[in-house]
Amino acid sequence: MRRRRNKATTDARTEVLDRIRAALAGPDGVAVGGTGEDPATTVGRPSAADAVVRHYRSTGVHEPGSPALIEMLTDRLADYRAVVHEVADASELPAALRRVLAGVRTAVVPPWLDSAWVTAAAGAGVAVRTDAPTVPLSTEALESVEVVLTGARVAIAETGTIVLDAGPDQGRRIITLLPDRHVCIVRAGQVVQTVPEAIAVLGRSPARPQTWISGPSATSDIELTRVEGVHGPRRLDVVLLRS
Amino acid sequence: MSVDLGMPGVWAPKGAAQTSGHGAHPADPLRWGPTFPEAAAEALGDRQLRRNLARATSTIRGKRAAVVGEVTDWEELRDAGRAIKTRVMAELPELLLQLEEQVTARGGTVHWARDAAEANRIVADLVKATGETEVVKVKSMATQEIGLNEALAEEGIEAVETDLAELIVQLAGDMPSHILVPAIHRSRAEIREIFLARMDDVPRELSDAPAELAEAARLHLRRTFLRAKVAISGANFAVAETGTLAVVESEGNGRMCLTLPETLITVMGIEKLVPTWRDLEVFLQLLPRSSTGERMNPYTSMWTGVTKGDGPQAFHLVLLDNGRTRALADDVGRAALHCIRCSACLNVCPVYERVGGHAYGSVYPGPIGAILTPQLTGAAGHGDPGSSLPYASTLCGACYDVCPVKIDIPALLVDLRARQVDGDRRRILPGAWDVAMRGASWAMSSAKRFAPAARSARLGRLLARDGKIRSVPFPGSLWTRSRDLPAPPEETFRDWWSRTRGDGDEA
Ligand code: SF4
Repeated sequence: MRRRRNKATTDARTEVLDRIRAALAGPDGVAVGGTGEDPATTVGRPSAADAVVRHYRSTGVHEPGSPALIEMLTDRLADYRAVVHEVADASELPAALRRVLAGVRTAVVPPWLDSAWVTAAAGAGVAVRTDAPTVPLSTEALESVEVVLTGARVAIAETGTIVLDAGPDQGRRIITLLPDRHVCIVRAGQVVQTVPEAIAVLGRSPARPQTWISGPSATSDIELTRVEGVHGPRRLDVVLLRS
Repeated sequence: MSVDLGMPGVWAPKGAAQTSGHGAHPADPLRWGPTFPEAAAEALGDRQLRRNLARATSTIRGKRAAVVGEVTDWEELRDAGRAIKTRVMAELPELLLQLEEQVTARGGTVHWARDAAEANRIVADLVKATGETEVVKVKSMATQEIGLNEALAEEGIEAVETDLAELIVQLAGDMPSHILVPAIHRSRAEIREIFLARMDDVPRELSDAPAELAEAARLHLRRTFLRAKVAISGANFAVAETGTLAVVESEGNGRMCLTLPETLITVMGIEKLVPTWRDLEVFLQLLPRSSTGERMNPYTSMWTGVTKGDGPQAFHLVLLDNGRTRALADDVGRAALHCIRCSACLNVCPVYERVGGHAYGSVYPGPIGAILTPQLTGAAGHGDPGSSLPYASTLCGACYDVCPVKIDIPALLVDLRARQVDGDRRRILPGAWDVAMRGASWAMSSAKRFAPAARSARLGRLLARDGKIRSVPFPGSLWTRSRDLPAPPEETFRDWWSRTRGDGDEA
């Protein structure tokens, strides 16, 4: 769609901004509509004391990738009913992938997934297709693929979260959405303890589309009981590479 | 075909269309139905509703308390959340312009809407320009508030709600009764009935197991997602500094809508901003734990303008005023605009738990709705359904304790009540009434004063017969003439609350 701003829109923009400025100023700088005497609250009035205070934790106590964090992440993911597979080092990964992908016939991978992983998947008898932004697979093709295999950008131990930011080993957002099972390989060094640490990592390229994933798709809409498996992948496997 | 689904009678349709409840809805999503006292009296008689609500809210209270309890710096996060929102309000014009600049630079288009009608017009025109007659929707309070689905229906565009609870509400021709779980008033058995009656593709042998119901919704919506060309969403946060938008969800329906279609239209209240990227680290900790009681919700999507080759290639952001600037001009309203719609205050509210969301007659129910609704609409007179909302509270303070951005809801409600009293005082009865109500207002405006005052009211028991005080001396007689004043109980509500419930829910 062509970008343009028609007259009515410009007027609305000006008027809304004017209203905001007027609201913030108030008559004589005094709040409008208040009782005028002994106000019950001063919440919402900006003051010097309201400068943003960040006394919360901005880092965890554990180094990224430390055994304590791997354990915490594993525990949290299990809580969400994700399946966690721990792998001691890269040499064990092919065997592990063969186990995880046993019985799987088709998989899709992003354009630059570690070739050793792709080879391992193919070695497990899986027909592997690649989706690249320049040569994308059709929606129908992705819909019929059983598994998507990706890397990740960062993982948060305290919340059991894996974040994808469409990097070359993660691919377009759609490929981790349509297949019913997502197998995600996370390297220990990518595991941080807290949300602020992850935000710092992601802040290096915030404009990339991001998907934060904490377990398989779920709903709590029926009597607030969590049920796994609605529209997103109903199974999430996380392969944790310890070194 | 007309199936009685046991829906409330005020606005419920008979035989609403197969996949849409449009035409069935109140003209103003911010003020429908009778006044709160009337609707509450009716809801209190509905035992099924009370059972559904009690079960759901006690489940979520327990989950929230557990996951909040494990965060050692929860209070510091709340302080930061409050401070960030205060900054947002103070710098709103600059931040909105910054957001607009960033979104535009990344290939998006920004639109501004003064009110609901203008926002609906903009969205309808954008959809029409694509030539499509069907859009998929992610659950969004802003589009509920402006009645977007009904406006689109009038233009021949069908909006399909894809969030499970919204779908239940839409299929039933119902109104939402909770910010987060709009169908919280429905039990699994009722949901099964709704699906069987209104979905053409569910198996007859469908049971009421939540997993089976979720599966039915998955199958029902799958084809719709795959063919949709236009999606409409709200936004939980927008980062002024980067132009990034965030939608927090569970089911993956949000990801479907934000990823598959060619065109994405996002409608967002102007107060939903955060200034910096870093501010997300605060709200992405506060929101999930407060709302669904999870360490993190299953999916959060973030996007910045348009990404070539990935997701929608046309992105429109509609910035909505619709009463927000009116609220901003007022101390109480400005504080209420800090709300991040987590719904924790609903779940802990003893009034909400008993009367449910519909009694509030607004898409924003519960403690925060009691403030936000009259502020957005400017409700003042006694004739306006919104004007009774500030009284829909016991001022027990549980909402303030759980609010992730520390909105002092009880204090704000007392302020709104005091204004009404001030307004009435000028019209009728200066003098004794004045003295009595000013006194009450003074006592209720501070928790410290309120507690001893409530306790001393127990002296009133001496005047009571059969647990009711039939008459008290002037000026109290002005009150007891029109209603019985219940005799103060042995134990005040506040005392009872802190004895029985205060422990688990205190953060
Ligand atoms: S007022 Fe506070 S507790 Fe209530 S919904 Fe808003 S943010 Fe949540």
